[in-house]
Amino acid sequence: MKPAAFDYHRADNLQHACELLSSSGDDSKILAGGQTLIAMMNFRLARPKVLIDVSNIADGNQVLDEDGGIRIRATTVQRFVENSESVQQRFPLLCHAIEHVAHFQIRNKGTIGGNLVNADPASELPAMSLAFDAEFDIISVAGRRTVSASEFFVTYYTTVVAPNEVLSSIRFAEPPKNSGWGFHEVARRAGDYALAGSSAIVTLDAAGKCTRARIALFGVAATPVRATAAEDVLIGEAYSEDLLKASARSVQSILDPESDVHVTADYRRSVAEVLTVRALNDAFRRAKAVQ
Amino acid sequence: MNEPTATGIGASLRRIEDHRFITGRGKYTDDIQRHGQVHAYLLRSNLAHGEIRHIDTAQAKQAPGVLAVFTGADLRADGIGDLPVGWMTTNIDGTLMFIPPHPVLAVDRVRHVGDPIAVIIAATLSQAKDAAELIEFDISDLPAVANIDRATAAGAPLVWDGAAHNTAFHWQVGNSAAVEAAFARAHHITRIDLVNNRMVANAMEPRVAIGEFDEGRGEYLLHLSSQNPHVARILLATATLKVPEHKIRVISPDVGGGFGSKAMHYAEEVIVLWSAKKIGRPVKWTSERSEAFLSDRHGRDHKTHAELALDANGKFLALRASTIANLGAYYSTFGPAIPTFYSAPLLVGTYAIPAAYCDVRGVFTNTVPVDAYRGAGRPEAAYVIERLVDQAAHEVGLDPAEIRRRNFIPPDAFPYDNPLGAQYDSGNFGVGLEKALALADYAGFEPRRAAAKARGKLRGIGMSSYIEACGAGPSKIIMAAGAGSGMFESATIRVNPSGSVVVVTGTHSHGQGHETTFAQVVSDKLGIPIHSIEIVHGDTGRSAFGLGTVGSRSLAVGGGAIIKALDKVIAKGKRIASYILEAAESDILFENGRFVVAGTDKGISFPEIAFTAHAPAKFPSDEIEPGLEETAFFDPANFTFPAGLHICELEVDPQTGATEVLAYTVVDDFGNVINPMIVEGQVHGGTVQGIGQALLENCVYDPDTAQLLSGSFMDYCMPRADNLPNFLVDYIVTPSPHNPLGVKGCGEAGAIAAPPAVMNAMMNALRPAGVTELSMPATPLKVWQALRAAHA
Ligand SMILES: Cc1cc2nc3c(=O)[nH]c(=O)nc-3n(C[C@H](O)[C@H](O)[C@H](O)COP(=O)(O)OP(=O)(O)OC[C@H]3O[C@@H](n4cnc5c(N)ncnc54)[C@H](O)[C@@H]3O)c2cc1C
Repeated sequence: MKPAAFDYHRADNLQHACELLSSSGDDSKILAGGQTLIAMMNFRLARPKVLIDVSNIADGNQVLDEDGGIRIRATTVQRFVENSESVQQRFPLLCHAIEHVAHFQIRNKGTIGGNLVNADPASELPAMSLAFDAEFDIISVAGRRTVSASEFFVTYYTTVVAPNEVLSSIRFAEPPKNSGWGFHEVARRAGDYALAGSSAIVTLDAAGKCTRARIALFGVAATPVRATAAEDVLIGEAYSEDLLKASARSVQSILDPESDVHVTADYRRSVAEVLTVRALNDAFRRAKAVQ
Repeated sequence: MNEPTATGIGASLRRIEDHRFITGRGKYTDDIQRHGQVHAYLLRSNLAHGEIRHIDTAQAKQAPGVLAVFTGADLRADGIGDLPVGWMTTNIDGTLMFIPPHPVLAVDRVRHVGDPIAVIIAATLSQAKDAAELIEFDISDLPAVANIDRATAAGAPLVWDGAAHNTAFHWQVGNSAAVEAAFARAHHITRIDLVNNRMVANAMEPRVAIGEFDEGRGEYLLHLSSQNPHVARILLATATLKVPEHKIRVISPDVGGGFGSKAMHYAEEVIVLWSAKKIGRPVKWTSERSEAFLSDRHGRDHKTHAELALDANGKFLALRASTIANLGAYYSTFGPAIPTFYSAPLLVGTYAIPAAYCDVRGVFTNTVPVDAYRGAGRPEAAYVIERLVDQAAHEVGLDPAEIRRRNFIPPDAFPYDNPLGAQYDSGNFGVGLEKALALADYAGFEPRRAAAKARGKLRGIGMSSYIEACGAGPSKIIMAAGAGSGMFESATIRVNPSGSVVVVTGTHSHGQGHETTFAQVVSDKLGIPIHSIEIVHGDTGRSAFGLGTVGSRSLAVGGGAIIKALDKVIAKGKRIASYILEAAESDILFENGRFVVAGTDKGISFPEIAFTAHAPAKFPSDEIEPGLEETAFFDPANFTFPAGLHICELEVDPQTGATEVLAYTVVDDFGNVINPMIVEGQVHGGTVQGIGQALLENCVYDPDTAQLLSGSFMDYCMPRADNLPNFLVDYIVTPSPHNPLGVKGCGEAGAIAAPPAVMNAMMNALRPAGVTELSMPATPLKVWQALRAAHA
């Protein structure tokens, strides 16, 4: 085996996982789809002493329709969400974003919760949680708490989920009727983590004026970024090329990207603006189409 | 030749070996478990350059399951030799290149990240890995040089104390006086500076070696994932392990790709054999992917300045080029040959350029050794001449197709002696060009560009006219140039009494489909069904000798040996048939699988002769030896020179720098083609690798620390099918006169031609936006930066 030695427990359910976490000490980790964690362990960059496997719990894949939203169990594999009819109808943007997560083979194993707790800022799903005003349901032996998407992500690969806690479910709020969406990313190849990406939801009134907007970016900072200033530029305004440009321009100043082996920080900042214009364009077009 | 049949020459027969591969029944080296086998794990340096002060293995030796821990000192004490370099390059001043030592395990210093320091042998691989973490070592950090620029900078740290300025050799070819004279009277001079980016081969199957020692017989057995088992054996025998060659057998079973990187002699081969003897158990080492990034030989990594002199009509007068080649920290087996002999003589490409000169400086850096990678030197040459020619076309205002037309070597000029010492065998470059232009609808491109512009995209079309040298090799020529041995090939044809045939070749198949192609040649020649033919390769215990599969040589050279051996079999069959058919030997013909008496209907089938040969009652066995087995060796008169034309059409998103390849056309001249489907597969694979080099792949070292930054598939971007359009592949045929089959070689052509075709298309797309230069890989970042710089 490639990883360093570890102990392994299979949890019966998430409550059980919490108990195992609290009895196994700080060096224990939840194993979900393993698509990130096992790779890190194989490189011996992660060396948990204990793994608590939640990938086989009963009803692990669960997408529940709720009033005004949808609740996805953290252990649900990404592919299950992507194939859910309800998500396809009510959250087409979420489906579209999931299709950009790795490849279907990986999405058959990788979970929604694992992706969000892993909190890779270049990942599509953390940005989706911002775009859909998500609420995170977190449990431990001590109890349960709910955290909003705006508070959930701390920095690179870090969330508010404590070592003794388990992410139980995530609730995504459905945008109002008369909304349209857009999503654009640049990656080296299809299925790669984004070099930069932007997503938008706009809601229009009967006159075509924007009443609500969400702009969420990824791959451009230590966490996913919701560009509220850029959203504000749109409110009360009707579509125009200049409007979109003005909105997107305000994105650049709030981003704090890094340079890496693929692209520079400057590239990320500039392309984030370009992609925001494109996402907004699509969002306005789709919103008009549903009017 | 017989009429093409469903299994003969020219048939697109499905690959015989694929059934076992795609049903998971291939047997690769790691699938082999030897009785009592234990596992080796190599502790590798995490520093690029350092002095080994102290290695303490005591604790590791006590760890669970551990049988032994060895360091470089142990190997040295036992007389294990250094890894050899198999090619000697001569400096301009006539002296020999600088030759540093290359210990199997590092002794005093580590010189690149991944340099092996110690080997841990344990009952399981995990135990060996866990024990490796218990080895304490003190390695002082020395300044490292990570790339050509750093290695050649004034006052750069030295990789080898004896190699001033990190220079390994400085070599030249061509006639500089003639070149200077031609440049002096040039109407126009085009200049270009190019980087040929560093590649990682990334064969699907990482390297694996299992060593064992038969104490009773004193024999070594090495199972090795190799392209080149005989070469591994000869170097083990003479350089590293230093035991008689007949006491070593190397078996390379199914091998999952190599792209050159499995042709060299590696440390792990020595380590598993030596330690197997030491501990009395078979020892297996299996590379992991991350280890492959740090230890498989890398490819390319050249910087070149080149200049082309033209007259007023756009005719080329002379070419001069100066290349610096990064060789890594040590010489790999063929390292010095690649940027010199296998590259520079092809710098004039397909053009009649009367004078040319090139100098090549090899430099050491604190990186993985660099050696052959699909194309091995020829892609570097093709990239220089083809980008230079495109640049020249742009500068003098000629269409890229037209400037090539004007300068091609005419079809009646073959054999053609180019000014850099290569003699091209045959070709018809103009015909290939026109065919490719028509297929790609080159004439209709401008409306496509305009339509793209309306969508906000920059569309470009570009071509490359490549020529390369295959079929290594003519032993006389390569040995005069510096090779440590010849490169002929052997074949044994063993005819069984029932008429089935075993063909033993010294070449190797690691994905190329030789079990099918070679069988087709034999089926065609002997007129026997394909299923009565078995191709055996990859075993020094079974084949007479061989130099493996490298440089697209297998059919040109190995096929030549097969034809020669088949001719001997047929000749002997005729002698036997003359007794059976009671006719003069000179009246016996061999046609469609039958020995017949000319002008009669009397005849006897090949299987009947096979049986008769083994039942020597009907012919005098004192005159004709019983049995039917022949061996032949074939050393070609010269290289073969495949050539062709690639056309790439693509679109760039100017706002993000992202590029999409939309159409790709290939017209190759591989001489005669045995199996068009297999050849097309080779063209596809090579072209994908070439497009990968141009747009995606890049091996990057941190310039300061010489740490490998692109050390996994997350950061090293391999091309994937969904990055690519369908390819349009066609051929012209000018058979090579240098081997009996008239074949030229097809395995590397795509990787040679594609990088310049893609980059010329990129420049064609970006020049209208003001971009004047662009280097590989043309990533979104680089394109975006180039466009910004153009607008600034
Ligand atoms: C080749 C490849 C390409 C990829 N490309 C992309 C991409 O383009 N975009 C993208 O977004 N992702 C990508 N991924 C990552 C993929 O989406 C992973 O599935 C995901 O990041 C982790 O999910 P998992 O279920 O596999 O989690 P695991 O790997 O099992 O766990 C990841 C981390 O989350 C913790 N964890 C998991 N579940 C919980 C829980 N319920 N409560 C608390 N902690 C938990 C684990 O302890 C661990 O620290 C890629 C992965 C691969 C292998």
